[in-house]
Amino acid sequence: MHNEMKTPLMRLAKRDGMEAWKMWCIRLGSILLALLLGGLVICIVGVNPVTAYGTIISGSLGKSTAIRQTIKIAVPLLGCALAIAPCFKMRFWNIGAEGQITAGAIAATYFALNWAGKMPSWMLLLIMALAGALAGGVWGLIPAFFKAKWNTNETLFTLMMNYIVIGVVRWLQGGPWEGRPGSQIIPQFDSSACLPKVLGVHCGWIIVLVLVVFIHVYMRYTKHGYEIAVIGDSINTARYAGMNVGRIMMRTMFLSGAISGLVGFIVASGANNTLYDGVANGVGFTSITVAWLSQLNAFAMIAISMMLAILSKGAETLQTRLAVPASISDIITGILLFCMLGCEFFINYRVIFRGSKHDKEATKA
Amino acid sequence: METVCAIELRNITKRFGKVVANDGIDLELHYGEILSLLGENGSGKTTLMNMLAGIYFPDEGEIFINGKQVSIRSPKDAYDNKIGMIHQHYKLVDVFTAAQNIILGLDDKGKLDIEAANEKVRQICRRYGFDIDPTQKIYDMSVSQKQTVEIVKMLYRGADILILDEPTAVLTPQETEKLFDVLRNMRDDGKAIVIITHKLHEVMALSDNVTVLRKGKYIGTVKTSETNPQALTDMMVGRAVTLNIDRPLYENPVDRLELKNVTCLDAEGVKKLDGVSFVAKGGEILGVAGIAGSGQKELLEAIAGLYPVAEGEIIFSPEGQQPSNLVGKTPMQIKKAGVAMAFVPEDRLGMGLVGSMGMTGNMMLRSWRKGKSVFVNRKDPNELALKVWKELEVVTPSTDFPVRRMSGGNVQKVLVGREIASAPSVLMSAYAVRGLDINTSYTIYNLMTEQKMKGVAVVFVGEDLDVLLELCDRILVLCGGKVSGIVDARTTTKEEIGLLMTRVGGKERADA
Repeated sequence: MHNEMKTPLMRLAKRDGMEAWKMWCIRLGSILLALLLGGLVICIVGVNPVTAYGTIISGSLGKSTAIRQTIKIAVPLLGCALAIAPCFKMRFWNIGAEGQITAGAIAATYFALNWAGKMPSWMLLLIMALAGALAGGVWGLIPAFFKAKWNTNETLFTLMMNYIVIGVVRWLQGGPWEGRPGSQIIPQFDSSACLPKVLGVHCGWIIVLVLVVFIHVYMRYTKHGYEIAVIGDSINTARYAGMNVGRIMMRTMFLSGAISGLVGFIVASGANNTLYDGVANGVGFTSITVAWLSQLNAFAMIAISMMLAILSKGAETLQTRLAVPASISDIITGILLFCMLGCEFFINYRVIFRGSKHDKEATKA
Repeated sequence: METVCAIELRNITKRFGKVVANDGIDLELHYGEILSLLGENGSGKTTLMNMLAGIYFPDEGEIFINGKQVSIRSPKDAYDNKIGMIHQHYKLVDVFTAAQNIILGLDDKGKLDIEAANEKVRQICRRYGFDIDPTQKIYDMSVSQKQTVEIVKMLYRGADILILDEPTAVLTPQETEKLFDVLRNMRDDGKAIVIITHKLHEVMALSDNVTVLRKGKYIGTVKTSETNPQALTDMMVGRAVTLNIDRPLYENPVDRLELKNVTCLDAEGVKKLDGVSFVAKGGEILGVAGIAGSGQKELLEAIAGLYPVAEGEIIFSPEGQQPSNLVGKTPMQIKKAGVAMAFVPEDRLGMGLVGSMGMTGNMMLRSWRKGKSVFVNRKDPNELALKVWKELEVVTPSTDFPVRRMSGGNVQKVLVGREIASAPSVLMSAYAVRGLDINTSYTIYNLMTEQKMKGVAVVFVGEDLDVLLELCDRILVLCGGKVSGIVDARTTTKEEIGLLMTRVGGKERADA
């Protein structure tokens, strides 16, 4: 055979309209593949992967205290994923949720430190929540304003805003809000400024579940949700329809920041009972993963955030019981993300190898 | 005498998902021949040629170059086989000179010798009668000069087989004639040339043979000298069609929209519209002709309130109401007043349609803000969608099927149908038949005429002069943002419009 006669070794063909059940099979398969690859990594560390996965499950869901811990990890993830969903639907790449959480936490902390004891707990908590939402919203609004006015790059802008606000917390920790001089720590909140517990977990979980419904309805059935979807598809079309794109962007970012800020309040008041520079703890970034993996579906986000929380909580147990480094869970999360995003490619395209069965099928068809 | 074929295609098939773009196509091309590849939009002409240019790889079938079977996996393979394709959208670096663009990407040994390249370009130009300066920057060139650079680029690379994709789409009639002369020179020099087109008169004027495709299938090849436009149309469409557009006369048209000295500037302060004045009458189709980018888009957008007007007035006089100035109103107010626009951009979506939504979601674009509720009303848009679906015979499985996945004609029906459904008193449409087959185009023309007979002022921006001449009552010609003339479509000629397209008031356009 002449060399120049060869067809390429592999090529891609676009698939058209795959059945829904097949799509879910592929997605499920990708999760299994990820667990398999993750098992390989665990093997390399020298542990039986079956034992390891068992430990992850029992460590995160085995006891009621473990379940509570896991839910505590999932709450901010879910809340924050809900916050960025409208932005991403609009194709506004807000990667500043980390900063918006922190901004919300700062504002809530101000009232926790200064207004505690001056009013009933419920009123204080309400004020803290509103302050957190407002601060997060404003922090989100700033990059949207610049984008709307001068078309600045929102990705860089929101990212940079993170560092500013985390710097502010460091300054507060060592300066005006420092508890014991030299400690570099902000004192614990008064108990009236801490979120009450429901079923053993701070009631933030109820708030985020309400948010799930809110975001679902907001995105699907409201005029705002419709505007967001149109802008995400085509800004020109939105202009043609008479939408004020800049205003909608600012409004959506304010909402997104406000929800992140609310999450900041939940974390500071419910989980940490104080403020420190790691209050967001990467949640703003991990939640991007949650939002993408759930394809911006609010209900799917519950499952995905729980899954990531299980991995993360289970990894702690893995470390204490089997001496497997907790960073293994990060690796598995990475593999999971890679497989799940990668499988979308196979849902949209089919790879045809030279001389393969598909190749012949394609030729016959 | 049987000569060796420059190109021979045997049974070429290419699929995109379930769509069969090319279905078992055979084609022969000889040296010293100009072959027209004729077919309606979507018939698979460009796809077929892209497989020769190395952009797509055929799913099945064989390609022979000079009698030898080859496999073209990349554009480089195409160059190596001396095939050069000039695409519809030029691929040139604006800030480079012609010669720099021509040698770009060539892998010559030794130092870069731009003088030698310039000289070689000049030689090629002399040989075939091209008229470009190798040291001129691309941004200083007209569309036709840019096209020339693309052709010379292929010749510079030693291409013996040239493929031109719709080369006349952006040219004036005069420039087209010039291009044809050059192509004839190249043919006489022994090159093999394919031009992709759907314009019959070009086929008749230029080519030796015609290969006709229809819906991805090979229909046949005929000698140009032995055929006529009607026969070719029948081959293209598959059955006999009449090529006349019905043009009834509306009794006593009234002034509906008057532009007075409208000037628009772009972000850089360049005049996109320059003192434009005209009247659009109810009961009349006003055609807008001009070379692509002469201000057509800005004109419609300015009227619709989407493009800022620097100077001038746009007076809108709806039936039974006081005239008002549209300048300074929001797009929403202008829409409500009864000015509708259906602009079909090059990608068909993106201006007026949301690709990921179905018909209902797209109908909602006009009504979504209605009512005080925070929730959107889906019921009325859905009814409208059903109505458009039925009346315009849109082919789609459901009103929720994403319009992005519909075929071009159906997408345009959705767009035009929605705008007409709003019962406008001014209907503006741009490129409404872009990419449509003949039958669907006629559906759209009829819709326009129907609106005109209802007393609507129709503004029709079109690309095809033949259609403008048959459809419109008057034709406004834009040239570089200025109105170079308004002519009566019933009495004017294509040549007159062609001249107006490049001249303002008898003066040749500086950059044309």
